[in-house]
This record gives sequence, C-alpha cells and structure tokens, in this order.
Amino acid sequence: MIELIHIKKNFGKTEVLKDISIQLAAGQCIGLIGPNACGKTTMIKSILSMVIPTSGEILFNGKNIIGDVAYKNHIGYMPQIGRYPENMSISQVINMIKNIRKYNGQIDDELWYAFGLDGVSDKKMRTLSGGTTQKVSATLAFLFNPDILILDEPTAGLDPLAAEVLRDKIIKERKKGKLILITSHLLNELDELLSHVIFMQEGEIVLYKTIGDLYTETGEVKISKAIGNLLKSTLK
Amino acid sequence: MKKITGFVIADILKNKIILIYTLVLAVFAWSVFSLEDNTAKGVLSLLNVILLTVPLVSIIFSNIYMYNSSEFIELLVSQPIQRKTIWLSLFTGLVVSMNLAFIIGVGIPVFIFVPDMTGLFIVITGMLITTIFISIAMLCSILSRDKARGIGIAIMTWLFLTLIYDGLVLFMMFQFSDYPIEKPMVIVTALNPIDLARIMVLLQVDVTALMGYTGAIFKHIFGTSFGLIISFGLMMLWIIIPFLISWKKFRNKDL
Repeated sequence: MIELIHIKKNFGKTEVLKDISIQLAAGQCIGLIGPNACGKTTMIKSILSMVIPTSGEILFNGKNIIGDVAYKNHIGYMPQIGRYPENMSISQVINMIKNIRKYNGQIDDELWYAFGLDGVSDKKMRTLSGGTTQKVSATLAFLFNPDILILDEPTAGLDPLAAEVLRDKIIKERKKGKLILITSHLLNELDELLSHVIFMQEGEIVLYKTIGDLYTETGEVKISKAIGNLLKSTLK
Repeated sequence: MKKITGFVIADILKNKIILIYTLVLAVFAWSVFSLEDNTAKGVLSLLNVILLTVPLVSIIFSNIYMYNSSEFIELLVSQPIQRKTIWLSLFTGLVVSMNLAFIIGVGIPVFIFVPDMTGLFIVITGMLITTIFISIAMLCSILSRDKARGIGIAIMTWLFLTLIYDGLVLFMMFQFSDYPIEKPMVIVTALNPIDLARIMVLLQVDVTALMGYTGAIFKHIFGTSFGLIISFGLMMLWIIIPFLISWKKFRNKDL
C-alpha cells in the first residue's frame, strides 16, 4: 500500500533519514520502535507529506504522492503532540474536519463516546489537558474509517483506562485488515497488537521482521526482551 | 477552499481587534470631515492618517494571525487538502476581513462627504495598501519560525517603507539637488507602495500645483491614464510578488 524508495531527509546539516526503503502492506500491524530522535516521527510525517523529503519517492498504491492529496482520505493520523486552534471547542474542531473532508461513509464515533468526549464537547482546546487532547487526536484519527492508521505515541499521556480503550479499538480495527503503523516506547503494550516490527536507529532501518521471526530468532516471547537480545548480539 | 476561507473570515471577525480597528478608522474619518469645511483639506488629513495606520495594523495583525494559525495550518496539512488551498484561503480570509473593516471604517464616511473620483481613489488605494501589507506580512511570517523575530521583521518592514525610505529619498534629493534628478526621483518614489498611494490620491486632489517643478513632473507622468495604469500595476506587483515568494516557501515547509 505504501512504499518508500530511497527516502532521505536533512534538517540543515543533520541527516534525519538516511536512505530509507520499505514496503508496508494492508493487514499489517507494524510497531515502529527506536530510541529518541531516530527519525520515526519524520518518517511518519513524510508519509503524510507534512515533511518534504530531500530526495526519494513515496508511493501510495503505486502512485507518487507528490502533488497529490486524495490519498490522505485513506489515512487516519494521530500526532504525537496534537496541536489544535486554541479558541475552538472540541466539537467545533471535529465538525470542521468533518466539513472539510468530503466523507460520505459511516462516521466511526465509537471513541468519541468511549472517551466521554460528548460530555466536554464545549470546552475550548486551550483549556484541555494533554490527555484529553490526545483523546481528541485519537477520535479524529479513527473518525472516517480510514484504511490506514498512523498512530504516533498513541498512549503517551493517556490514563490506563483510556489507553485500554484505545488498545481495544486498535485490535478491533486490525481485524478488519487495515494497515496500522504505531510508534511507541512502551514495548510491553505492543506485545499482542503487532504483526511486524521495524527498528530504527540514527535514521536507518536496522530491522524489519514479522513478530514470529523475531521470537524464533531470539527465543524470547516478549518484544522488549527480543529487541534487547537482538541489539546485544548485533553490538557484539 | 470556500469552506476554509469561511472559517478564517469567521475567526478573524470574532476578534475584537478588528472591531476596534474599524471603530478607530471610523472615528478618524468622521471627525476629519466634520471638523474641516474644505473637503480637499479633509482628504489630505485622512490620507496621512490612513497611510500611517493602515499599513501598520494590516502588517502586524496579519503577521500575528499567521503565527497564531500555525496549529490550524498543521492540522489542515495532515488532512487531504492541498497546501495551495490552505495558503490561498488564509490570504483571502485576511484580505476580505481587513478590507471589510477598512470599507466600513473609511469607505462609508468618504462616500458620504467626498462622493467623487477623489473619494473613490482614497478607498481603492487604501484597499490596495491593506492587501499589499497582508501579502508582506505572510512573507514575514514564513521567513522565521520564531514569532518574535517574525514580528520584528514585519515592524522593520513597515518602518522602512513609511519613514526610513522617505528619509533616504529626501537625503538623496538634497545631496543631488544640483542635478536634474526629477525623473530618477519619480522612479524611486514609484518603488514604494505608500508613496505611490500618496501620489495617486494627491494628483486627484489637484494640490500638485503647490509642489513646484517636481509636482509638475509627477503630474506629467502619473496624471496620464498610462501613468495610472503603471501605478496600479506596480501596486499589484507589490501584492503578487511577496505572496508568490511566501507560497513557494510554504509549499516546501516542514511542519
């Protein structure tokens, strides 16, 4: 579905992405992990053409995304830090996005109610806590029933209850055969969710494997331990 | 595009600053015409006020509005909307609402007290100046991510075009007063949109006779319909060029 070909990105002199080539297909649930500042968010933002790569191509269903925006109709994106117009209320933001996206299908407002946003919908965005803002971001990402979900640190800032709600929702959407890309530092959360793992380090993809392969190669049954094992063995 | 422009206009019109701006302009315009018996004098006083305040408010308000919209822009870019649509909508929204404030504040009294070509010229040049400084403000806002720096650039641009530029021109005039500098002077003046607007209105009021030989030259060049077309063309370039540069920068901006 999504293909990155030799993507490079420099911010000034620092190389954030160094020649990344990767293919992501429908039905995969991919965990994108790696240390801070390894280029995860930059990679995600280049898929959404929020960041313009220095060189390389990104294909969506075989079509180059440069100059195209229609492909974003198929993507639900939850940013790491959601930034919204401060003097709009929650419901105004949701309605504005509904208004702008010409979406005719079934609106998926499950999270809206599950997070209890209907009770605080008149609150202005600037008064919201970090966690509530994350809930709005999550609701927006799932709202239009997209084929692809890109979730950047989805559970950071959410309370355990809300995180559980979101997790269940991700599992549910995964069963529908959607492509889901998650970045997270909380590896324990990802265990039952993922089908694939991408490990990035200093702008390069070090590893792209199915969970099964990862477990058999390392003899572990936890992602955190398996990655740790693998890193130790590569360091040696 | 219509929807986003609508959001921007609604958002700006809710802002109290725009309301105060309209009120202040209206108070100025009504009092100038009520106090002066001579409308030509009234027009000149109003012109001076307009050419000082309108650029300042347009550039500062638009610049701050662009910085405050950074979240809105980021949200829209992640949605299936062309960047061109976003940028054009913000520009159109600012142009429509700032010009609306100007028309209500200045346009109405001018059309009541000076219902002739002069009045029309004041309103048209005022609107052009408003639009020019919005365009420059958008460019200033994209030159720097840092809000303080961006606003600084905007203020310096305003200061340069309203005060420093004229000072430099005067200085040059005195330095080269022994030479026939009228024609180069015309060119130099025409490059500044505020001076251009001033000349366009002054020529309508017919006070150029008081300005001596230079005034005659100005009348000779800008008074013709050809000169008028050139003046409008230059003002349009002041709108189009900064906007195009800012749009080029926005197209490749990382959010």
